[in-house]
Amino acid sequence: MTQDDLHIADPKMRAQGVNVFYGEKQAINDVSIDVGTDLVTAFIGPSGCGKSTFLRSLNRMNDTVASARVTGRIELDGEDIYAPSMDVVQLRARVGMVFQKPNPFPKSIYDNVAYGSRIHGLAATKADLDVIVERALTRAGLWDEVKDRLGESGTALSGGQQQRLCIARAIAVDPEVILMDEPCSALDPIATAKIEELIHDLRGKYAIVIVTHNMQQAARVSQRTAFFHLGTLVEYGKTTDIFTNPKQERTKDYITGRYG
Amino acid sequence: MALTNDHTVKAFDEDLNRLRGLISEMGGRAEQALLQAMAALSKGDQELAAQVVRDDKKIDALEAEVEQLAVQTIALRAPMADDLREMIAALKIVSVVERIGDYAKNIAKRVALMDQTRSIEAIPVLMSMSSLVIELVHDALDSFAARDAELAIRVTVRDKNVDDFYNSIFRTLVTFMMENPKLISESAHLLFVAKNLERMGDHATNIAEMVYYVVTGERMEERERGEQPEDGAAEQEQG
Repeated sequence: MTQDDLHIADPKMRAQGVNVFYGEKQAINDVSIDVGTDLVTAFIGPSGCGKSTFLRSLNRMNDTVASARVTGRIELDGEDIYAPSMDVVQLRARVGMVFQKPNPFPKSIYDNVAYGSRIHGLAATKADLDVIVERALTRAGLWDEVKDRLGESGTALSGGQQQRLCIARAIAVDPEVILMDEPCSALDPIATAKIEELIHDLRGKYAIVIVTHNMQQAARVSQRTAFFHLGTLVEYGKTTDIFTNPKQERTKDYITGRYG
Repeated sequence: MALTNDHTVKAFDEDLNRLRGLISEMGGRAEQALLQAMAALSKGDQELAAQVVRDDKKIDALEAEVEQLAVQTIALRAPMADDLREMIAALKIVSVVERIGDYAKNIAKRVALMDQTRSIEAIPVLMSMSSLVIELVHDALDSFAARDAELAIRVTVRDKNVDDFYNSIFRTLVTFMMENPKLISESAHLLFVAKNLERMGDHATNIAEMVYYVVTGERMEERERGEQPEDGAAEQEQG
């Protein structure tokens, strides 16, 4: 495995020498990684290794934590996302996020998906909005299941449907990157399989980064895998290499269940 | 036998250790089968030859047991990285060891078919060849037990000597047959014995290549094969 094989031409996002602190405590230590549109990138590692912290720094979700401080450089299309000129609301529209627990708004299915487009003013007319909602729900694989009850509350859906609703909500504003923080950990195997199939379909349209504790899932959905441990990026490589022949002892110990 | 006991899930360690134990036992039985088959051949010991044929069933049973355990472990424990490589190697190695057992059985069966009037002097050379093959099979299995890639490489290098033995015996037996047509039947049997031994050496090499893969995660570089056996069949058998 040479560096050339791992090179991502024209990365969507690029992190260089990123450190994240919570007060005095350093949670992320000098992490550099590129994320491309054609490849799904998985972050794996034990609890507390910093993978979620790092994921959240990619759309400045850590800004909401008062003590959090980020140094280093994170670029979206070559633009520094921590630059003063960066509009954080716009950034989060371009870099969407899906969380561990489905968190639909206590509104109708339609309004859940339409919400972002409304606040960003993406639709001029009701008809435009209808198109956006249908397209997002279709891409999220939910349209056929909900098209006859768009007025019902989003919270009335099953867990798996709620998570796909949240993905539909994220892609309705036409983001460039989707960050997923353990999107399937609260779902049953069937709902999980549907989300994984969805990730597969969305690959190439959006740059996707997924944090997962389920290594089989990382192996199934990603083409690149990054292993985090104690706030550092221990190993980054092709998913097939990481799971059959990891180069670092710590990676091997973790994925074979010898960690700790 | 290197025991593994460092997985968080201890039952996984138990499965792996049991697998290694079974492969070890199977390898030991295959070595013994070859040793006894050659002893039976050199002494014309029909009873010992019959026992080799009977004992081969145990090797087959062990192969089935390892296959079942490996499939079960893959299904239940989803092994990764070196553990996964070990499962795949275990499946391949037992099928190779089973073949080695079959070749030993084939040699044993020829004891009953051969004329007992010992008119050919080729047997001492066959015995030397079989000693080397047993050594290679033994070392290949040792390299698996010890996770020793260096030992595995040395097995593949020494396989060339087995090929040299075979070439030499092949020429000798062909000469016998040309000089005295009465010896054709017996010479043909001995030629098959030599061919079986040559194949066993190749199988020891296959095991060594799998061990190298388990330990390093890489495929072994194509070794210097030396000259092919001179009967012209090697090319197609190597596939």
